[in-house]
Amino acid sequence: MIFVNGEPVATAARPTIRDVLVERGIDPDTAGIAVAVDAEVARRGVWQTRTLDDGAHVEIVRAVQGG
Amino acid sequence: MSAQPHPGARAASPPLRIAGRTFTSRLLLGTGGFTRMETLGDAIDASQTELVTVAMRRIDATAEGSLLDVIRDRGVDVLPNTAGCFTARDAVLTAQLAREALGTDWVKLEVIGDERTLLPDAPELLLAAEQLVDEGFVVLPYTNDDPVLARRLEDVGCAAVMPLGSPIGSGQGIANPANLTLIVEGAGVPVILDAGVGTASDAALAMELGCDAVLCASAISRATDPVAMAHAVRHGVLAGVLARDAGRIARRTHARASSPLAGLPEFAE
Repeated sequence: MIFVNGEPVATAARPTIRDVLVERGIDPDTAGIAVAVDAEVARRGVWQTRTLDDGAHVEIVRAVQGG
Repeated sequence: MSAQPHPGARAASPPLRIAGRTFTSRLLLGTGGFTRMETLGDAIDASQTELVTVAMRRIDATAEGSLLDVIRDRGVDVLPNTAGCFTARDAVLTAQLAREALGTDWVKLEVIGDERTLLPDAPELLLAAEQLVDEGFVVLPYTNDDPVLARRLEDVGCAAVMPLGSPIGSGQGIANPANLTLIVEGAGVPVILDAGVGTASDAALAMELGCDAVLCASAISRATDPVAMAHAVRHGVLAGVLARDAGRIARRTHARASSPLAGLPEFAE
């Protein structure tokens, strides 16, 4: 179990960040998105290789309208 | 929309420069509050801004991905903010995510201390500013209209200071012009009035008081006609700069006739 944008998600053992994006229907090549794992930025270059431990907190963000 | 002074006027204010970049426009536009992307795009054009703010939020896979397209189609740059952050830690991480997502190291730093007023949290703001400057960010902090805090933010290396006129989205204009004047007098970096603008005259006043630029979001996006208001605020900013450069008259307690007293005819009884 990991947490993606606050929601618990059942996953295969040790998924990569890329796996998590694809599972949620997000194209990892989408411009303008960024990922944090356990409150640290995970650069785009590690999405394919960085695996996530059980209980990891993943935040996937993008730009939205704002002040 | 550089201000072209009338021949014979005092020297024009130098163009806005932030962190080595020169801007023609002195109006930054917030993208929050527009109900349609097309209206946002048209307001960008009408404002003639060169820099628009965005916020960073959790991705919604069902949402249309058109915001960045609209901004880039209109040929303007994006300035991510850290709106919604209540701690230095969250603001720093949000800025780092924005840099990763958008490829810019510029950030409008917001660290909010109170949900009802959305006023900045001064200690957290200063802490976040210092960390982000150390990490190479161009930091534009949204700050209170406090001349001492503005100086401290400049001292830690912020590229500009962005004092509020009044609370975000309140449309109350510039609540404390005296403090804003003190900030302008003491600043060695650009002063950008941020928050509180309600209409074009507020933007004009900010420039008359010596600000280098104005950031405007709700006043434009929530106006009855946002595109028309973008046009109006652009001209308000321009009028304010021109008036400042022209040199206003001093305020007087009593009247001073503008027609000569000499030569006044005396009419028979």
